Amino acid sequence: MVPVSYYLILSGILFSCGVIGFLIKRNIITIFISIELMLNGVNLSFVAFAAQWQHLSGQVFVFFVMVVAAAEATVGLAIIIAVFRTRETLNVDHVNLLKL
Amino acid sequence: MLHLVLFLVFGAICVAGAINLLVQSHPISSALSLVVVMASLAVEYLLLGAEFVAAVQVIVYAGAVMVLFVFVIMLLNAGVEERTKGSRVALILGIPGVLAGGLLVAWVLIERTGTATVGLGALPGFPKTIGNLLFHDFLLPFEVTSVLVLIAIMGAVVLASRPEPKNPEKES
Repeated sequence: MVPVSYYLILSGILFSCGVIGFLIKRNIITIFISIELMLNGVNLSFVAFAAQWQHLSGQVFVFFVMVVAAAEATVGLAIIIAVFRTRETLNVDHVNLLKL
Repeated sequence: MLHLVLFLVFGAICVAGAINLLVQSHPISSALSLVVVMASLAVEYLLLGAEFVAAVQVIVYAGAVMVLFVFVIMLLNAGVEERTKGSRVALILGIPGVLAGGLLVAWVLIERTGTATVGLGALPGFPKTIGNLLFHDFLLPFEVTSVLVLIAIMGAVVLASRPEPKNPEKES
C-alpha cells in the first residue's frame, strides 16, 4: 500500500520541473518539451485520484489529455518549423518582433 | 511492500529524467530524457492498475509524439543552446520561494490525503471498460476530440508547408 500523497508529490515534482524548464530554457523546442513534461505530471495525478476514488473517469480524462497533447505537439512543431524558416534561429530571445 | 519499492525506484528514475531534462543543453538530450520520464510514468500507471493508459502512454507519447520531436530537432539541425543570464532578483527570491511553496504543497498533500492509500493495481482500467465508458458516457467529448485532431492535422499541413513563390514572372 502506497499513500496517494506520494503519487501526488511525484506529480507535483514533475510539474515543477516542467515549469522551471519552461522558464529557464532558451531553446524553443526545449520549452515545448517542458510543456509535455507538465502535461505528464498532471496525468499522473489524474490516475492517482482515479485509483483513490475508484472511478474510471480519471483514466478516460487522461486519454483526452493525451489526444489534446498530441494535437498540440503537431501544431506547435509546425509553428516552430515556420519560425525557423523565417528567422533562422531557435533561440526565443531572438524572436522578439512580430514583424520581420 | 513490493508496491512501495517499485514506486520509489521508478519515481526516482522519473525525477532523475526530469532533472536531466533541465540540466542538458542539447535539445536531443532533453527529448531523450523525456522518453525516460514517460516510460517510467507508464510503469507507475501500471502499478495503479491503469493498463490501457500505460499502453497508450508508451505507444502515443513515448512512441509517436517523441518521434515527432526528434524528427523536428534533426530537421532543424538544432545545436547546443546558448544560455542567457537571468536576473539576480529572480535567483535570490526564486529559489527560497520555490522551496517554501513546494514544502507547503507537500505538507498540505500529506495532511489532507495522508490516510488514503492505494494498493497494487487499485483500479483496473482494462481497455474493455475504458472503451465502454468512452463510447457511452463520454461520446460527445470523444467526437469533439476527433474534430480537434482533424483541425490540428490541417493546421500542421498549412503551417509547415513551404510558402509558394510570390512573383510568378521571375520563374518564367
